[in-house]
Amino acid sequence: MTDRTWLWIAAACYLAGFVLGTIVLLRGHKQSRGRMYAIVAVGFALQTVGLYLRGLEVKGCPLGNTFELFQFTAWSATSLFLVVGATFRLSLLGYFTSLMAAVLTTLSLSIPAWDATRRVGVFGGNAWIEFHAALALFSYGVFGLLALTSIMFLLRHYSLKSKQLSGAFAFLPSIRDLDDIGLRLLVVGVILLAASLGVGAVYWLRAPDTVNIAKLLTTIGVGVAYGVTLTLRKQGMLFGKRLSWVCIILFGVALLSLYPVNTSRPDLPPGSSASSLQP
Amino acid sequence: MNNSGPTLFVVGASHHTTPLEWREKLAVGPEKLPILRSQFATLPGLHEFTILNTCNRIEIYGVAADSAAIDSLQSVFCDSQNIAFEEFSKVQIKRLGPETIRHLVSVASGIDSQLVGENEIFGQVKDAYADALTSRTVGPVLNRVFQKAFQTAKQIRTQTAINAGQVSTANVAVDLALTIFGDLTDARVLLVGAGEIGEQSAKAFRSRGARAITVASRTMTHAMELATTLDARALPFEKLDHHLSEFDIVACATAAPGSILTAEMVAKAMKARPASPLFLIDLAMPRDIAVEAAQVENVYLYNLDDLAKISDQNRAARLSEVEKAKIIILEKTQRLWQIVQGQAPGTDEG
Repeated sequence: MTDRTWLWIAAACYLAGFVLGTIVLLRGHKQSRGRMYAIVAVGFALQTVGLYLRGLEVKGCPLGNTFELFQFTAWSATSLFLVVGATFRLSLLGYFTSLMAAVLTTLSLSIPAWDATRRVGVFGGNAWIEFHAALALFSYGVFGLLALTSIMFLLRHYSLKSKQLSGAFAFLPSIRDLDDIGLRLLVVGVILLAASLGVGAVYWLRAPDTVNIAKLLTTIGVGVAYGVTLTLRKQGMLFGKRLSWVCIILFGVALLSLYPVNTSRPDLPPGSSASSLQP
Repeated sequence: MNNSGPTLFVVGASHHTTPLEWREKLAVGPEKLPILRSQFATLPGLHEFTILNTCNRIEIYGVAADSAAIDSLQSVFCDSQNIAFEEFSKVQIKRLGPETIRHLVSVASGIDSQLVGENEIFGQVKDAYADALTSRTVGPVLNRVFQKAFQTAKQIRTQTAINAGQVSTANVAVDLALTIFGDLTDARVLLVGAGEIGEQSAKAFRSRGARAITVASRTMTHAMELATTLDARALPFEKLDHHLSEFDIVACATAAPGSILTAEMVAKAMKARPASPLFLIDLAMPRDIAVEAAQVENVYLYNLDDLAKISDQNRAARLSEVEKAKIIILEKTQRLWQIVQGQAPGTDEG
């Protein structure tokens, strides 16, 4: 089986988790935390195999095109859910994670153009740059999970304000738990992104000409935006509903920023397809 | 049915017929209750009466010589509350004869309550009857009716599962607090008002893990007494505004005629703790907390009607028990009505 086949099966697994979760919700039952956790874990394992095969093929971290960036972001968010979901009793987070993973993986697999070409030698054989990129993408996964908990926060806030606490709303975590988890994810995400930018900055200082200014500004912009958000949250100036909206919008912006980051890479060998990648 | 003899009746209004705003107008404050009682006592043709005055209902049970006496009683009540008789007529409950007994048993057993099956109402009906005994406004008919009603209400509670799950406003409020805070161990709870409902709320919070409970009351000795009972702190009422920001949950259950927590006070408190949610529970009638407080960011305000609606969402499970209770009430009402008629010949439903 090819890497894409494994990734399709993983996407189907995430999709199955989302469909199953939706059926359970529509029937007004509580999500089985163990079942959803197992489904996401199986999807994650399958996706890991797919990305591992792709990594073997490209002899490095598979971050060479939009398809791989989306796959890696979904993988990061899912891996983090497997840690966070086990720590907190968040049955609905598994449902939302399966939704996000299903959307990101299916979308990236459904658009062949995103995987038609890939940049080889993206990191110039520099392990630190590869680490920088992987860390940045992992932080995006954290921010993805943050966006999901923000959606859950908004739903809980709406249910409390509108005084509708039955049905699917009954299965949401408490608003304080969501706020706590959101803050922790924001801290972790900012630290990871800052570390990634730190590693990247060292490389940039050594060889400033090799870094595209659009990519630099976009990445720093996303990092600064999340950093400011965290600072405002810590100072009690941004919280609750507004913070949730900011986190959701920022994740959308972060996903969109992958495009200029990806296209800014200099060494694009025209016509090199993913299936015939050379190290 | 004939119109020749004394009439057993109940008149009043409840959550079934009036919204919260109306019940605030109808609520009889503790200072007005003795005045109202003495006014009723002087009414010609009113042989016996008991006033049941709770957050969700004001009902006067009585035995009157004729319908004119009942009309007089209603007029006196409307005058005391500054409402037009015609307006009151639109929302009033009026039951005569055996329907009065059926209504009383339904109320005392909790099936007529806003939170179906709640236990507090039984104590409130007993208190109302005890007050009437003390004031000597009850006689042989109401004595028999109330005592039998208590027996039947107890029978319903033991023979049906109508109060399964410890239905009470306090428990609903605590469940709601859990959806906001998840765990109440570290939640700081302020109780404003040292009455029975306040005490029940405090006990409910304590039973679900809340450790830091503070009691505030206009009468500091009452606050200190309850605080001692609950192993809690007492806070002088005058310092409420200053210390409000220190609490995560504020439950108000005072008999104050107006708001004791204004939107400005809440907004000021939230400035000191903007990112921490504040849960306000208004268990009072008239309401203790200004409605506008709900507009403050991160503040969740719930009043009696809101808690009842939430309880209703879980009501389906108890509906079959209500049907069982109704069968018992019907049977007991018929027997009691025969006894009452035998005891007071001529007593009729008017």
